[in-house]
Parts: sequence; structure tokens; C-alpha cells
Amino acid sequence: MSLKEKLVSSFMAFEDHVDVDTKIHDIRTEAIKLFEDKGFPTKKDEAWKYTSLNSILKHDYSVFPKQENAIEYSDIKQYFIHDIDTYKIVFIDGKYSSHLSQTTHEGLDVCLMSAALTKPKYQLVIENYFNKVAEKDGLSSLNTAFSQEGAFIHVPKNKVVNKPIQIVHFSTGNESALMLQPRNLIVVDENSHVQIIERHQSLTDNPVLTNSVTEIFANKRAIVDYYKIQNDNLNASLIDNTFVEQKQESFASVHTFSFGGKLTRNNLNYYQNGERIDSTLKGVTIIGEKQHVDHNTLVHHIEPNCESHQDYKGIFDDNATGVFNGKVVVEKEAQKTNAFQSNNNILVSDKATINTKPQLEIFADDVKCSHGCTIGQLDESALFYLKSRGIPEKEARGLLMFAFSNNVLSSVKIPELKQRITKLIALKLGVNIGFDL
Amino acid sequence: MLKINNLHASVEDKSILKGINLEVKPGEVHAIMGPNGSGKSTLASVIAGKEDYEVEDGDIFLEGENINELAAEERAHKGVFLSFQYPVEIPGVSVTNFMKTAINESRKAKGLEDMPANEMLKLIREKSELLEIDRKFLSRSLNEGFSGGEKKRNEIFQMAMLEPKLAILDETDSGLDIDALRIVANGVNKLKNKDNAVVVITHYQRLLDYIVPDYVHVLLNGRIVKSGTKELAHELEEKGYDWIKEEVGA
Repeated sequence: MSLKEKLVSSFMAFEDHVDVDTKIHDIRTEAIKLFEDKGFPTKKDEAWKYTSLNSILKHDYSVFPKQENAIEYSDIKQYFIHDIDTYKIVFIDGKYSSHLSQTTHEGLDVCLMSAALTKPKYQLVIENYFNKVAEKDGLSSLNTAFSQEGAFIHVPKNKVVNKPIQIVHFSTGNESALMLQPRNLIVVDENSHVQIIERHQSLTDNPVLTNSVTEIFANKRAIVDYYKIQNDNLNASLIDNTFVEQKQESFASVHTFSFGGKLTRNNLNYYQNGERIDSTLKGVTIIGEKQHVDHNTLVHHIEPNCESHQDYKGIFDDNATGVFNGKVVVEKEAQKTNAFQSNNNILVSDKATINTKPQLEIFADDVKCSHGCTIGQLDESALFYLKSRGIPEKEARGLLMFAFSNNVLSSVKIPELKQRITKLIALKLGVNIGFDL
Repeated sequence: MLKINNLHASVEDKSILKGINLEVKPGEVHAIMGPNGSGKSTLASVIAGKEDYEVEDGDIFLEGENINELAAEERAHKGVFLSFQYPVEIPGVSVTNFMKTAINESRKAKGLEDMPANEMLKLIREKSELLEIDRKFLSRSLNEGFSGGEKKRNEIFQMAMLEPKLAILDETDSGLDIDALRIVANGVNKLKNKDNAVVVITHYQRLLDYIVPDYVHVLLNGRIVKSGTKELAHELEEKGYDWIKEEVGA
């Protein structure tokens, strides 16, 4: 039985556990039909030309983990930004872990999707936002069909959330292979600010496939900063589908740091429904061995006077492969759009590959759109400069790559997170050369 | 200190240095002058170990040791320093972090422990004062957005930090106003002692009013065609290079 067949037939078993007499369940039922119809994407799909899911779909994944596995905070502390106070929503093998979490309902809701989907007090928010911006493609539909657990964050208007929120998913290897379908909904109302950090971490070498969907709504003048740390082990794969809808004068940034994992696909779509919106998409990818990271972005400029800024840097060693496919659509009404996109890559090894493809579809005539992509080696004159000061070849290369990627961090607003990412970059590049980290 | 015998070097099959002979003793200051394209910067880069240049013949000795086959960083560890004509901008690495890395890598190569942080700080403070460098400047990205003068001052600051045995200053005076020139020259003079040596590469005599050379060499078409004392530099300033070209029949 293929994974697709298994998933479709599991849906009936899933229905036994949930209330089927709800609007949500109608959405799920429709979604499983869409998945049944569309299935998993293949390399024949234009957007998946350079990323094949074959190698990760062959495992016999458990779809519903049976037992809960307790883990001690001390064993996993390292995966948190632990030197500052944060809200935490933590899942172990897809199940909520209350003893590792710190949620709240005081002044804002930082809680569980399962609660939001079933409790009447959230009904209005769910009806207004759930599955409203997510794509109706095969993978997102699969997630929608099984949507039950994840993070639910609702920030009411005029609220500056005073500490970051961490969403962390652990898998423990309880199952020989595990598939997870986390579903997050983040609604930030007028004038409110929030910072969110998301991480997926497998604690064993058993294969894990996460197919995650996150919907983010930034209402009028809201500020949302979302950070994704992708540093999982080499048997863990992630398909991250994130959809952002912005209203007028809002600011939304997504930073994606991809250092680990076997296969990582980031589908990041922004829709600008209002004027004077700012959308920022940034990423640093540093991978080696046979790792694969694919960034597929879309920024849809719908109304006038908006901006978007995309800056993705990649360093690829060994047999690693990378993909950047960045699409910017500027509708006819979206005059005075400023859309910038840049993708710079360094290939460290002869066997590493990067496929980069900017796609601009511009229907307005008074816009500023720029895109640039580079693929290259390190600057030899810079290398000589460092070496002439006594810094050996290996360290000089490390230092230059560090400088190349670290530049993206200037827009990270949480100092402790910035410091952590800097360390991860230094570690990943084997740079250990007297830095003030 | 430095001895160069019959040095021939080329880049991409184009012959640039065509038999250089030069000897620099400890405590000496040598100036190498010459028109554009005569091979001055190539000579500096070849001594520092830039791999783009192919040494076809001849030898370079540092304190009696042949360094022809050594990598740039190994030459640096042995005390060679090149002040670049065009220092490279490296965004994302601060001047301080760069210097810490350079110093500790050199120490590592000599089997020494990292320099203790307080000692490093003291050294940075001392040397930045010597070059009249503002503390804020040290936390900026290396050479990024620096003015021409700031770049050159930063080069000499690095020289002060690394305390080389042989410092080669490649067109350090270009792009400097008179105040910056004075600060840079003053820095070099303070670092100068009987155990180290300086090779100043320049177009103009101006810098040599501040850093007074013991010997002046004229480089023409890949060869040192004339050597003399500082009076030669004045003569060149007055009369240009044409008379030498005629004299040597080039």
C-alpha cells in the first residue's frame, strides 16, 4: 500500500476520534478528497522540478502515534532559546506536552489548535481564519484533512506581546517511522506585535516526515516576526507550508535558518491585501552531505504602495542540493510596488548543486522590482587578504562564509536568538576562531 | 632579513618580474619607486605569497630561509606583512574580531596559547591610539564603507598589532590627505626598530619625506635598474622617469 493509500484509508480511523458533526469536519472531508485527487507532488509539477519526495515517501510511517513518550526538560533544553523568558507550546510525537509548555489566556491566547477547533469561545476566530489562506494543493490539503493539533495564537488588538513564543515539535523515535501533520494558526489583530520561533527536532535516527501548515494573519498595522530554525538530524524531513495574509500597513517577516534535515521544502506564500504593507522573507541555508533544501516563495502584491524584501543566502558543500524559486506577482492595481529579491549562493564542493530561479510577473507599470541571483566561489582576493594576515586557508574560508551568511542576521530582532543562530552558523562552518559570540 | 635573487614571476603567462635582486638588512628602510606597470605591486604580492603569480625562477629568502614554497599565511607567521594598496572589504567581520583571529592564528602556528582577552584589549587600545583610531571604528565591518584614508590607517593598525619583521607598504600614501599621511607615517616610524625592516612602494617622493629611506630603488619593466640613497627620490620627483629610461636604454 502506498503512503497515499494508507493516508486516505487512515482518514476513516481519524474520524472515529473527532466530532464529525462540525463545520471543521466538512473542511477536513473536502480536503481529503482534494488530497486523494491531487496526491503528492512529483517532479512533473513545475514547482517541484528539482525536489523529489520519492526517497522520503517510501517509509511505512505511523500516522497516529499510539503512546505518549515523556521527556525531561534537561534533555532537550538545548533546543530552546532558554536564556530568556518565553511562552512555549511543545509537542512530543505530535501530542501536546503540558509539562514542557507555558501557555496563556491572559490578554492573549497562546494555546492548542485542538482546543481552538473544539471550544465554542474560539468558534468565531476559527470560522474567520481557519484554512482561509492555505493553498488547496495536495500537501496542504493532506494537512488540513488531518488537522487537529498544533499551535493556536490569537493576539487581540493593541497588544504588544512581551515575550517571544516558541513552538517546538519533538519526535522521540517511539515509532519506527513517524509522519506528523502539525497545524498552526496565528491571528494578530490591529496594532499588535508578536515574535514567534518554530523548531522541529527529532531525537533519534528513526525517519520522521513532518508536513506542517501555518497560517498567519497580520491585521491592520500588526507586526509579526516569525523565525524558523531547521537544524534537524539527517533522517528527518520537513515540508513547511506557511501562508501569510497581511492587511494594510502591517509588517510580517519570516526568517528561515536551514542547517539540518534530510530534505526540507519551504513553501512560503505572502498575500498583501491592503496598502503600505511590508513583507520580509529571509533565509540562510548551510548544508552538506546529501542534504536538500528547497525554498519556494511567493509574494503576491495586490494593492498599491507596498514593499517586499527577499534575501536568501546559501552555502552548499559535499553532495548537497539547493533550490530557490522565488515568485513575485504584481497585480495591475498594485502601482508603486517596491519588490526586491536576492539569492546568493556559494558552492563549496564541485558536487554540490543549486538551482535558482526568480520569477517576476508584473502587470502594473509604475513599480520598482529587482532581482539578482549569484552562484559562485569565495572571493579569491579576500581570501589572500585574510591569509596574508596569518589566517590559514581553512579558517579564512570559514570566516568568509560566516561573514557571507551572517549578514542576513541583522534583521533578527531577538538578541538571544541572533546569538544562537550565529553560534549555529559558526558550528556548521567549523569556524572556531576567537569570535565574541 | 630579506634577500631576493634573480626573481622572475609571471601572471597568466605574462612575464612581469624579470630578474629582481634585492637585499634588505634589519633596521633598514628601502623605497621602491617606478612608473605604473613597472611591477611594483607584483613584487609586493609575490613576496607576500599571492598564488596568482607564478614564480618561474629565482629565490626569496627571509632570515636565510627560502620561503618560495610557503603559503601566504605561513609567510605571515614568519613575520612578513603586506599593507595592501586596495584593502579588501569584508562585511560581517569586525576589525576587532579580524585582528583577534589573525593574532591567535599566528600564535597557534607558533605553538602558543590564545592571547588572554585582557591582554588583547590592552594591545588593541594601545595600537589604536598610536594610529589615532576611534574605538567605534574597531567594531565596524572590516574596510566596509571606510574612506581611502581609513583603509590605509587600518592597514598600519594591523601592522602595529602583528609586529612583523618585514613590512611591505604598497602605495600606502595613495588616497591619503596630508593629516592622514602624517598619522600613518608616524605610526610606521614608531614601529620601526633595529630588528625589523620596511619596504615602501610608492609613486611619489611625498611619503619619503616622512618615512625616510636608507635606499631607493627604481623598478622599470620588471627590473631594478637603478639604486641610490634618498637623493635619488628627489631627483625622480623633479625629473620623472624618462631620464632613467634613456640612461638604461629601456
